[in-house]
Amino acid sequence: MTDKTIAAIATAQGQGGVGIVRISGERAFEIADRVFTSVSDKKATSMTGYTASFGYVSDNDDNQLEAIMLVFRAPHSYTGENVVEISCQGGVYVTKSVLRSILDNGASPAEPGEFTKRAFLNGKMDLLEAEAVMNVISAKNKNSVKAANSVLSGTLSKRLKSVKEELLTVCAHLSAWADYPEDEIPAVNEDEIKSAIESSSSLLQRMIDECDAGKVMTEGIDTVIVGKPNVGKSTLMNMLTGYERSIVTDIPGTTRDIVEDTVTLGDYILRLSDTAGIRTTTDVIEQIGVDKAKDRITTGELILAVFDGSSELTEDDKKLLEDISTCNSVAIINKTDLRQKIDDDYIRSKVTHTVYTSAVNLSGKNELINALDQIFKTGTFNPSEGILTGERQRSTACAALSALKEAEYALGSGFTLDAVTVSLEFAVEELLQLTGERASEEIVAKVFERFCVGK
Amino acid sequence: MTYISDNFDVAVIGAGHAGIEAGLASARLGCKTAVFTINMDAVGNCPCNPSIGGTAKGHLVREIDALGGEMGKTADECLLQMRMLNRGKGPAVQSLRAQIDRRKYADVMKHKLELQENLYLRQAEIISLDHEPDGKWKLTTRNGATHICKAVIIASGTYLNGKVFIGDTSYNSGPDGIFSADFLSESLVKIGLKLRRFKTGTPARVLRSSIDFSELESQPGDENIMHFSFENTEDCENKVECHISWTNDNTKEVILKNIHRSPLYSGMIEGAGPRYCPSIEDKIVRFADKPRHQLFIEPCGEDTEEMYLQGMSSSLPEDVQIEFYHTIKGLENVQIMRSAYAIEYDCVDPVQMNNTLEFIDFPGLYGAGQFNGSSGYEEAAAQGLVAGINAALKINGKDPLILDRASSYIGTLIDDLVTKGCSDPYRMMTSRSEYRLILRQDNADERLTPIGHDLGLISDERFERFNEKCRLKAQELKRVKDTVIPPTKEVNDILVSRETSEITTGIRLIELLKRPQLSYDALKSVDVTRPELNRYIFEQVETEVKYEGYINKQRIQIEQMRRLEQKLLPVDIDYANITGLRLEAVEKLNKVKPVNLGQASRISGVSPADISVLIIWLSVKKD
Repeated sequence: MTDKTIAAIATAQGQGGVGIVRISGERAFEIADRVFTSVSDKKATSMTGYTASFGYVSDNDDNQLEAIMLVFRAPHSYTGENVVEISCQGGVYVTKSVLRSILDNGASPAEPGEFTKRAFLNGKMDLLEAEAVMNVISAKNKNSVKAANSVLSGTLSKRLKSVKEELLTVCAHLSAWADYPEDEIPAVNEDEIKSAIESSSSLLQRMIDECDAGKVMTEGIDTVIVGKPNVGKSTLMNMLTGYERSIVTDIPGTTRDIVEDTVTLGDYILRLSDTAGIRTTTDVIEQIGVDKAKDRITTGELILAVFDGSSELTEDDKKLLEDISTCNSVAIINKTDLRQKIDDDYIRSKVTHTVYTSAVNLSGKNELINALDQIFKTGTFNPSEGILTGERQRSTACAALSALKEAEYALGSGFTLDAVTVSLEFAVEELLQLTGERASEEIVAKVFERFCVGK
Repeated sequence: MTYISDNFDVAVIGAGHAGIEAGLASARLGCKTAVFTINMDAVGNCPCNPSIGGTAKGHLVREIDALGGEMGKTADECLLQMRMLNRGKGPAVQSLRAQIDRRKYADVMKHKLELQENLYLRQAEIISLDHEPDGKWKLTTRNGATHICKAVIIASGTYLNGKVFIGDTSYNSGPDGIFSADFLSESLVKIGLKLRRFKTGTPARVLRSSIDFSELESQPGDENIMHFSFENTEDCENKVECHISWTNDNTKEVILKNIHRSPLYSGMIEGAGPRYCPSIEDKIVRFADKPRHQLFIEPCGEDTEEMYLQGMSSSLPEDVQIEFYHTIKGLENVQIMRSAYAIEYDCVDPVQMNNTLEFIDFPGLYGAGQFNGSSGYEEAAAQGLVAGINAALKINGKDPLILDRASSYIGTLIDDLVTKGCSDPYRMMTSRSEYRLILRQDNADERLTPIGHDLGLISDERFERFNEKCRLKAQELKRVKDTVIPPTKEVNDILVSRETSEITTGIRLIELLKRPQLSYDALKSVDVTRPELNRYIFEQVETEVKYEGYINKQRIQIEQMRRLEQKLLPVDIDYANITGLRLEAVEKLNKVKPVNLGQASRISGVSPADISVLIIWLSVKKD
């Protein structure tokens, strides 16, 4: 199955100083020798593992691109196969030319995650490690690296161990009690079940909260800027991003599309989208933008609702406040440099967090950070404790938690204990999936589908 | 000297609970079937407890009946007492258990075999089994008859190289003093089967008139008897009571003082005993802090004074048995008629078989019951039925019957045996099924009767009755969904008296039935459109309404499981060639030869990481 020799650019494609193209597979050395000419006349096929050679790669236009070739012999490589890494000048054009030349000489382009998949298949890492590698790769800052590393070192399993064992003990007792009706197995004490459910639920809830906080810290917050036309949404966005991105004019309805941008605010990464102002309009194109904006309110993780402090709240404003009252939202009262006419008490009755700003003095940034601290409870986030990383782990933990809630409900509302047992066992199954003690096809598929090319 | 005797399509070796179901199923599916028994008076013998059913075992009996087997019907015919165990513990774990007349049971079963068309019941000890060049099997009896058979089902129970132990006395014997089968093992080893030793045991039978029942707690049967067989709806009465007594400090003292004389502790017995059915000396040693152990005194039949002492099996010497039985209240002067004994026998590791109970490496050779490493009459009968069906299907050129874990306890039992194997005699338990809210004893017919009908084991008449029951149930379910109960005082009085909240507007009957505090019976007076129906239909509708959420959740789990089951693994593959599998997994996978990923994932020693390797290996292979 690993008869194909694969190649891909192994470094982020961008403005880096050095780019690495990796070749892995049985024919890696042979292909490397066709594209790479060593100044000292070394051949990959005859080099020992962990040695390097300096030379150049000839591209299709006969340019000689300076490069270093590193040789890894199977099984002592990332994938467990023969691997050659060619380091070259990091420009996009150069690395791509090197890759093109390698592909032309017999290698196949690597699928997303294929290097790691091969490493996994060759027994170089287990599934959870592979998943963690993926998280390390996609990590955007040091917190996410720490969190992913905590999976690699098994802290997650350790943290779940005690609750898993408590639940297993209760399940075993319930089973014995049901299967040996004549063997005087003492009836299972409901308090014992309740306490097992409580301690495991609270740990899982805490871990899910931490994960959400962690996700905010590592992946950023999907943030939607809304407000009626011309209250200064685009100005706010420009203030946060620091350069003019939206088209700012004073004609209502200028922003018709959703503009995406990523900004850093304190410890937060905000993935901003500026929406068309929400108002009743007869312009068909503008209406599409308005509809999109309404959709984004339901999908965004944070809503920044902008209001013009210098004018009174309109019906559109009030409707918007109603729409966002159940979301994570912050009201931004803009244009504080002008005379204030807005009813901020009314705003506060609908939205918990209010921040004052103006495009002129750029105030309010710290207040916004404080509001985010409160909304996302990031204080609970400790990346070196075993935390859940990635959507797969989070949803497994949620499934376990909801099974526990069902068991609790069954117990509290007088259902027979077989229903309680079934729910508890389901929770245990999910925990086993979480710690990698049980596999399902879904896990494997999910782990590998998100790998990026190059690893 | 040997001579050539009749040829058969299917030969069944043994006429215990496995052999009976195997023989009947195969004959009923049109195969010329021989059933060989070492002693014609031991057909359908119950050498241990005079009862059929019990937790999870009762499920098996209901399933055997639903699929077209005989055990449930015969147990109903020979019923002395019936109890539904675990009534208060929930619908998933409720199981029927019957006390039966053991002599009558054996007679009825033997007669059924005699009357069965296509079935030839023979008293003969099979001493060798040889593979013929054309793929058939040659059986040789001790008296020299040879039979050529297309398929052979071994259901040898505890007879195969059986050896009885009572203290330091031991001798070759089958159960109840019947000959053991001392020659077949050697022949099986010669063709390449790997055999091992298991052991089991049974308590003493004692004389009824020597028991003082005056201070013993009695245990009567149920008032409304439910039968094992879905065909059987007649009212009937319990004929006997059982009694309960307890061991005490004196019992413990006598046993501990003599423990060195137990063949288990002296090392004479090498076979692995059942963890789930330990002898009294085992219980006393292993649970040393438990002050007393319960025992049940059960009658062996209507026409006998023999009583069975459930929970008191032992392999201690006879004199020690007399001494410790006499320490127990009510048994102070008890006369032992048959002593307790342990019995050791040859059996196979069932991972050598596939889910049809056919040996992977020996086409046409099947095993069932204790020979496969299980324990219990019901487990044996379930396997016999499946082995018999599959032997016949194969001979008739049809697709095999494979029951998966989500279909039945029968399927769970077989999957456990052939996938995980067993290191001691395997006993069925409700906790072995992950889908137990769906695999209930009340719906075994819905799960298996259509399959039995397709096979030809369920008659058209019975199938029509089954369909009629399903129609009535669906109708009642619809009525419960459509009927609106008004918020009258009468209704609210009932709700309040059952400690559940009152209603202020009309509410659908189904919503009330969902409340755990309410039952069909409780709502009878206010449910005015309720039709006259069999009580089991009401019970079933109530269970399905109340547990709907949990049942649906299990259905989702079943779908997930079946997805993995659909990922087929090649049988002819050498797992050593798949890189990334751990060594232990390679060994186990090569031994079990799982047919799909689901089965592979249940093999002990195959880790999730190994399964991930297989999943990816399969997907890469497909490309």
